[in-house]
Amino acid sequence: MVGVVLVSHSAGLAAETVALARGIAGQDAPIAAAGGDDDGGLGTSMDRIEAAVREVDQGDGVVLIPDVGSSVITAGLLEEPGRVVLADVPFVEGAIAAAVAAGGGAALAGVLAAAEEARCHRKR
Amino acid sequence: MAGMLDTGFFLAWMTGAAEAVRRHRDRLTGLDAAIGDADHGSNLDRGFTEVRKALTEWPPTSPAQVLVSAGTTLIRRVGGASGPLYGSLFRQLGKALDVPVTPAGFAAAFESGVRAVERLGKAAQGDKTMIDALAPAARALTQAVQEGAGERKAFERAARAAEEGAKATIPLRARKGRASYLGERSIGHEDPGAASAALIMAALAEAAA
Repeated sequence: MVGVVLVSHSAGLAAETVALARGIAGQDAPIAAAGGDDDGGLGTSMDRIEAAVREVDQGDGVVLIPDVGSSVITAGLLEEPGRVVLADVPFVEGAIAAAVAAGGGAALAGVLAAAEEARCHRKR
Repeated sequence: MAGMLDTGFFLAWMTGAAEAVRRHRDRLTGLDAAIGDADHGSNLDRGFTEVRKALTEWPPTSPAQVLVSAGTTLIRRVGGASGPLYGSLFRQLGKALDVPVTPAGFAAAFESGVRAVERLGKAAQGDKTMIDALAPAARALTQAVQEGAGERKAFERAARAAEEGAKATIPLRARKGRASYLGERSIGHEDPGAASAALIMAALAEAAA
């Protein structure tokens, strides 16, 4: 399965969004949180993102979903075309769509496309 | 003179940059308090303190090692966007340098470093970011070496261009980074990233003086 990593400035936001996405996509969806800086404060940690990638990487690729600012820039440093890709998508909606697609066994391109479709989902 | 741009020179640059960031920490944080999240000075100071530690603990033996080590440390230890951005600048600069380092070789490698920052940050000149100081510095450097300037003169011109570029961010409206959320209210403040980039370029000139 494709792995999904949620990169947020906030450790709480990343962890709770993982819980939300698992609640919808199923507990088996390989999704992990990389929130906060090295000390758990607001910010971004390369070490935390790398650890989360290792946790969900089953060899089928990993989709990184960052929130804003340094999350996007730090996650961008880990991109490896065809293996680790960054999804430029809304954080919550993209996380849910990617987790559902990944949990359903979609390939890397399919998970990325599902996350990107979330950008166009109207709430009503 | 070409032999001057050796490992010791690049260590002196990084040490000088770390000292300048320490001296200006509160000013950088003050600029960031106006249009950002008030952590630029403390974030960069923490990162450069770790850079000095890394360069002491694992003494580099080439200019490239100095820059790649400094860049990697900044990426891992700053915790804000400036870490990966400056980290990519120094890493790309280091990887693109041929030994022995000449002013022309440095200028070309520095250009490629600035391009790496632009790609990662998806920012261009005029967006009110560190690129507004780094891009003019790269151009000044390239022009200076084309006119036959040695490193001392070329780095001075780059530092001056960076300083002017940083000041020129004051009337700009931010299009990238935390300040972009402020829209019109970002106008009238110097960009903290451009200000720290000017400090780093001034340290380059000082290391050659």
